[in-house]
Amino acid sequence: MTAPIDTAVAEKVPRSNTELLALYRQMRRVRTFEERVGELFVRGQSAGSMLHLSIGEESAAVGVASLMRDGDTFTTHHRGHGIFLARGADPNRMMAEIGGKEEGYCRGKGGSMHIADMGLGHLGANAIVGGGIPAVVGAGLASKREGRGAVSIAFFGDGAMQQGILYESMNMAALWDLPVIFVCINNQYGMGTRIEQATKGRALHERGLAFGLNSETVDGLDVRDVRAAAGRIIDGARGGTPGFLAVECYRFFGHARMDKSPYRTPEDEEQGRAKDPVGFARKALVESGESSEADLDALDAEIAQEMDATIDFTVAAREPALQTMFRDVYAPGEPEPESVAARIDRILAGD
Amino acid sequence: MAEMTYRDALKQALRDAMAEDDTVMVIGEEVGRYGGAYGVTKGLYEEFGPDRLIDTPISEPAIVGAAVGAAMSGLRPVAELMYVDFIGMTMDQLGNQAAKIRYMFGGQVGVPMVLRTQGGTGRSAGAQHSQSLEAYVMHTPGLRLVMPATVSDAYHLLRQSLKQPDPVVFIEHKALYTMKEDVDLAAPAPEWGKARVHRTGDDLVIVTYSRQLHHVLAAAEAMARKGVQATVIDLRSLNPLDFDTVRTHVERVGRVMVVSEGVMTAGVGAELSARIHEECFDFLAEPVIRVCGEDIPISVSVELEKNSVPTAAFIQTAGEKLVGLRTAA
Ligand SMILES: Cc1ncc(C[n+]2csc(CCOP(=O)(O)OP(=O)(O)O)c2C)c(N)n1
Ligand SMILES: [Mg+2]
Repeated sequence: MTAPIDTAVAEKVPRSNTELLALYRQMRRVRTFEERVGELFVRGQSAGSMLHLSIGEESAAVGVASLMRDGDTFTTHHRGHGIFLARGADPNRMMAEIGGKEEGYCRGKGGSMHIADMGLGHLGANAIVGGGIPAVVGAGLASKREGRGAVSIAFFGDGAMQQGILYESMNMAALWDLPVIFVCINNQYGMGTRIEQATKGRALHERGLAFGLNSETVDGLDVRDVRAAAGRIIDGARGGTPGFLAVECYRFFGHARMDKSPYRTPEDEEQGRAKDPVGFARKALVESGESSEADLDALDAEIAQEMDATIDFTVAAREPALQTMFRDVYAPGEPEPESVAARIDRILAGD
Repeated sequence: MAEMTYRDALKQALRDAMAEDDTVMVIGEEVGRYGGAYGVTKGLYEEFGPDRLIDTPISEPAIVGAAVGAAMSGLRPVAELMYVDFIGMTMDQLGNQAAKIRYMFGGQVGVPMVLRTQGGTGRSAGAQHSQSLEAYVMHTPGLRLVMPATVSDAYHLLRQSLKQPDPVVFIEHKALYTMKEDVDLAAPAPEWGKARVHRTGDDLVIVTYSRQLHHVLAAAEAMARKGVQATVIDLRSLNPLDFDTVRTHVERVGRVMVVSEGVMTAGVGAELSARIHEECFDFLAEPVIRVCGEDIPISVSVELEKNSVPTAAFIQTAGEKLVGLRTAA
């Protein structure tokens, strides 16, 4: 038996070309945004170099996020820009956060690996591999109690498949029939380690099945396939059966900005990059006659403009004021920690 | 004498230990083919092969736990945690297993492993990749704790750690890997567990370790130009802790500052300050001053990050206030 999947749900997910155009647009926005993140780094305007681009993984972000509703929540791993953008983030505020600026989503405190926005249900990106996974169990408990049918989705990489906390979380989600989904974006690599070098059990969805979750693996090439699979899994979760979805894709570039991927061959990269969800969707749109090359060029240019503006916004944005460093350690209204300087002055002024 | 980086000195220590003792093996994420996230093990995989440099999945508790079992079974594992920030995930294996096995089992067996990791600020790596968590380790009896500040200590302390009968947590600083120094690795090693006095002065004593040593030395130079002479002590290891050296200088000088990158509250500075107050009370002209990391998480913003931990200028200002050259505001 594979997962107990309600096939009727798949039919309910529309597969029209109009929809493909919308998905293409989102995927192009993600890709262009990530390209601009790379540019911000090259210009020396990013806070650090630990910037993880999701180029090549756009179908996972967009396919799943396109089915999320108001009230749904999610957590992401360190490669989470695309997921949040697909869920409706303001790209300016995202880029400003990546630049460590006050106008960023987290006021320049979090950075690329810690973007969050409670307004859009983003419970936070995480720099600990697996660190954001169990929070969806708690969010699932809250949703179940409220009974509004909201789901909570954990997004993570293939590397997190070898963290024990994932299994503790999947087990609880199944045990308590929670509206929770675990989405593994399998880009084949965790830093320099290929998935074959990290595990012998490569049918990743079997792990979800073992705990009683609706589980599937889907090829990330065609975003419509990802959306259809995500539709089945999310629908199941809204009904109280948690799910697991692995999306197969390829990490087009290095792990972070300083990584030139010396551990993989040009052939491996060429083959991997052939699995390009953005290019595939574009071709499908043109071939079906839904869009012309010229239409799509115009759309791409409009997106390029939107994303160019994120760099201007970030460069013009303010550095957080030094005093803000003591803010938000505790809740507003609570005393802030005393600075080392103030303490020393207090002690020595006693003479 | 040869010029060498901190990174290469660490690599040389591992290479020499592995050549000398074939039970020494390295286990961790990206330690083999990739050569380590900060390049410390680069080239060793080619030299010693996959049985001696074991690449692991991303499974920190099992990496540390496997090292514990290997150490109990006759091997000398060097487990690597890519960032000290992940130590919380492994704290059961480290604190409840590695640290307690010799004691709980009545002295039957030791756990001669080294846990190599790195910490500290300096890369805009954010709240979960920039911490200084040595106090977690120092607060656990049974664990040795080593934090080299210089290139020659990086070599010698790692070599010595690999000869210890008990588990050693060896914390490097991410901002030091490219630091260069002329070193003679063939020269006799400094005594294990001994602090190093880098300069001697009569106006104040500054006790520090790891990267802050360099900020402290810069501050001491600047103060010297104003006629204030500092004694600078690099502890080198926090367990064993060379309190005798600290006491000797504190009793002579009477003014002390403890400088650490870790957050102030309940940190290494707090322990040192408490001991100095208890043991040298009659010799103190002023209270011991802690110059430590602020009691806050580290921000990704470059400016906030830099000001969350002591800078050379900050240490200098504090020192001048302590000796009365400046008045406290
Ligand atoms: C607990 C923990 N271990 C190790 C790391 C270092 N690290 C950061 S990302 C990464 C690889 C993660 O791979 P994967 O989960 O596949 O995500 P991807 O980078 O491919 O998106 C590693 C080892 C970390 N941040 N947290
Ligand atoms: Mg991966």
